[in-house]
Amino acid sequence: MSQSVNVKRPGDLQGATLPKWTPWAIAAGSIALGVGISAAAGLDSSVQWGLMAAIFFVLGSYGVAARVEGRRQAKDRVATSLVWVAFLLAVVPLVSLMWETVERGVKVLDGYFLSHSMGLVTDTEPGGGIYHAILGTLEQVGIATVISVPIGILTAVYLVEYGRGRLAQAVTFFVDVMTGIPSIVAGLFVLSFWILILDMGPSGFAGSMALTILMLPVVVRSTEEMLKLVPNELREASLALGVPKWRTIMKVVLPTSLGGITTGVMLSIARITGETAPVLLLVWGSSFINTDPFDGPQASLPMYIYLQYANSGGSGAAYDRAWAAALTLIAFVMILNLAARGVARWKAPKTGR
Amino acid sequence: MDISTKNTKNTGDSDASPSPSPAAGTEQRRAARGATRPGDRVFLALSRGSGIFLLVVMAAIAVFLSYRSVLAISKDESNFLTTFEWNPVAAEPSFGIAVLVYGTVVSSIIAMVIAVPIAVGIALFITHYAPRRLGGAIAYVIDLLAAVPSIVYGLWGALVLVPQMEGLYGWLDEYFGWTGILDWQGGAPRSLFTVGILLAIMILPIITNVSREVFRQAPQMHQEAALALGATRWEVIRMSVLPFGRSGVISASMLGLGRALGETMAVATVLSPSFEIKASLLDPGGGTFAQNIASKFSEASEMGRDALIASGLVLFVITLLVNGAARAIIARRAEYSGANA
Repeated sequence: MSQSVNVKRPGDLQGATLPKWTPWAIAAGSIALGVGISAAAGLDSSVQWGLMAAIFFVLGSYGVAARVEGRRQAKDRVATSLVWVAFLLAVVPLVSLMWETVERGVKVLDGYFLSHSMGLVTDTEPGGGIYHAILGTLEQVGIATVISVPIGILTAVYLVEYGRGRLAQAVTFFVDVMTGIPSIVAGLFVLSFWILILDMGPSGFAGSMALTILMLPVVVRSTEEMLKLVPNELREASLALGVPKWRTIMKVVLPTSLGGITTGVMLSIARITGETAPVLLLVWGSSFINTDPFDGPQASLPMYIYLQYANSGGSGAAYDRAWAAALTLIAFVMILNLAARGVARWKAPKTGR
Repeated sequence: MDISTKNTKNTGDSDASPSPSPAAGTEQRRAARGATRPGDRVFLALSRGSGIFLLVVMAAIAVFLSYRSVLAISKDESNFLTTFEWNPVAAEPSFGIAVLVYGTVVSSIIAMVIAVPIAVGIALFITHYAPRRLGGAIAYVIDLLAAVPSIVYGLWGALVLVPQMEGLYGWLDEYFGWTGILDWQGGAPRSLFTVGILLAIMILPIITNVSREVFRQAPQMHQEAALALGATRWEVIRMSVLPFGRSGVISASMLGLGRALGETMAVATVLSPSFEIKASLLDPGGGTFAQNIASKFSEASEMGRDALIASGLVLFVITLLVNGAARAIIARRAEYSGANA
């Protein structure tokens, strides 16, 4: 729609416009200037010349446009270049994050790394793997999912299908509150009652409880949104046929919104998989394989990354392992996300719109 | 058609509006007849029970955290709010949250100052500047980036970002060192400033996603009207898109702020903590609530843990206030856009 304004038409209705290649020329010029000045002044940080190039670009495009096209157009160009700069500024760290993780992660990531634990491997020497951490993460996240999915979905059903009055209002409010709990506070809560008051030791299950607290509100919110999308005609048709309300919910409402609910659950699993802080407080970490989530410290993938980074005293082998584990974790989370989006698209609720 | 939209709306707002939805009405009438089926009763009990369970968990969180905090604070020999020290395991325990409040607030403010304008820029880029295809692809990628776990940001921050910061630190010190707050003594750039930048990068995707959704909903008619009057693209955005999206951007920023305040691992990996407030943002030192809990936890005795729980409770209250404010703004905006829909 905006292009239609910039259409070049012969005639004098439109003022002078700069040719289309101007921004590119100014960009090239300002990058050259930035690099040149940095080289001359002996600055070696790429951040600095990038910053300078950006400033030159904005000033340059304002100056040129103000001369040729007038002040309003010049402001428009500055806004355009600022938006571009914002975009490029953000792209640099985000691309760097993905690039570094992949590049440094593939170094030690292989079948051996995925199938061995850190038992008998000290933090500073090469070797070892993340099998114990993957196992721990899967068990902790699995338990958290098994607890929070039924409770979360039932709560959402209550809010949408039965919810009225004080109780529903309170639940809605506290789901909102729960969404904002920082993960470390969830960890502290489980710590305070499970470990300090009930005097239990650290275990995978303690971590699962904290993860449940983080996962529940996400499941409730997303399920609630999906149930609200189910057209009321479906419920009414079913009730009119004499189907009891609970069977209407089980056989009509939930299946209709199944795709959306699945998406929400998968996204919430992806979210809690990467949680480090509560796991650090409650599961403690271990370099051995512990298959029993109810007894003794376990490892977990995010915590493995942290411990490899923090306890290794700068050893290259440990950093390599940390990056490889980070790559594994990102890959897992991304696959879950992509799958969730796939499910959402595949089973989009038929709202009749 | 008309009726169906009305009904859907009723279901959606059933907890807020006094008039019960048709489905609920049926339930009510059946209940009044006293002929509920056992399946219905069981199912209602189950779902209501889940809701109550959720409330119980929240109450338990508040009670247990407060209980342990009171235990800790009552043994504190110095003022919990103003002490510049964290020594809960000493014979005379003395600890306070002044440094943590300062560190948390300062790093979050730096993050917000950097992230909000850039995020708004990217959101505008996606909705109004980029070619449609490219915009969609970028939006998708940024959606995915929002899911990258914070520990990965922390690892990247500590091993990639920190070494990169030295040039910027030198530059800031050279030209702004005289202000005092940007004075750099030459230590490793593991300061609150770097933490702020890393937090900014972390919360960018969230703020961008929400702002983008809001900008996309800006009324097309207003924009076309402005264009027809000869406005430039920037004027269209300033006059019709930004005013519409303002409250949305604010609430998005608050959500980002909530995440920045409670962020643990990214701070714990990057910051080299100390229990003092440095005059310069560039000097390593300081700490945040979450970082302090994560790094002090392993060496803490029971008293030490109680003290950490007390600080966690303060963090909890702060994030509650921030999230509450964000939600209030969203709620106001919902009414506003509903009136215009």
